[in-house]
Amino acid sequence: MTLETFLLLAAALFAVGLFGALSQQSVVMVMMGLELMVNGIVVAGAAFWHYVAPGAADGQVLVLVAVSVMALEMAVGFAVVTALFRARDADTTDEAGDLRG
Amino acid sequence: MIPATVLFWALAVGAVAGGVAVFAVGSMARATFALLASFLCVGGELLVLDLDYLGVLVVLMMIMEMLVMAVFMVMFMMNPAGLMPMSMVHNRWGALGISGAVFAALAAGIVLTPWPHRAGRPPRDPTRALGLAIMGPKMPVMMGIGLAILATMIASVVLATRRGRYGDAE
Repeated sequence: MTLETFLLLAAALFAVGLFGALSQQSVVMVMMGLELMVNGIVVAGAAFWHYVAPGAADGQVLVLVAVSVMALEMAVGFAVVTALFRARDADTTDEAGDLRG
Repeated sequence: MIPATVLFWALAVGAVAGGVAVFAVGSMARATFALLASFLCVGGELLVLDLDYLGVLVVLMMIMEMLVMAVFMVMFMMNPAGLMPMSMVHNRWGALGISGAVFAALAAGIVLTPWPHRAGRPPRDPTRALGLAIMGPKMPVMMGIGLAILATMIASVVLATRRGRYGDAE
């Protein structure tokens, strides 16, 4: 149990979340992927606090911020999905590609 | 008393397995609970790191968040009740390649970086240290979060209501 193992766990969670965010068609499943990526940040923040600078509270504050970001991302995400579904009956990313470059 | 190392590995495997299951199961409701399992394991990891308050916070918050999420999952479910089997993914191999490459790059960085030695020692009560920090030098962070929460509440209500800011759209 070292800093490296914790960071590898964080990287694994981040990569799995990235796969979901890139591959899923449903907008809500994309949000699940984003949540999983932030989940990795939580692990990394806590590990940095414990193994690098336990004297300062910075790592703990980072975890607090990441957890808030998760909740806010979900709230805004569902509001956007609801608005999108109301406006044009769309709930997949392929039906909402207006800004595609 | 289970050794912390055993606990760490069990929870780590659980967290990653839950994350993989989110995108492997066919039902979006099951995916929600797989994600909840992953979050609970991460909360356990925080407890292993002696972050009692944050660990319990993550566990309680994620249980509520995923219960709310389950409702939305049922609302927007593809393939409801398994009646319309369909692929829920696009560009699977591209996404696998990108995320695999990202993991390899992160892992290489993690293994090769000379991380600094531990500076200081954990306070006797990390929760107290956190409380003193966010009420003292870290207060702008919490004020920023507070503003973001307020903006989110207003934005989500505005987005989700049928009537817009200026009455009916039609």
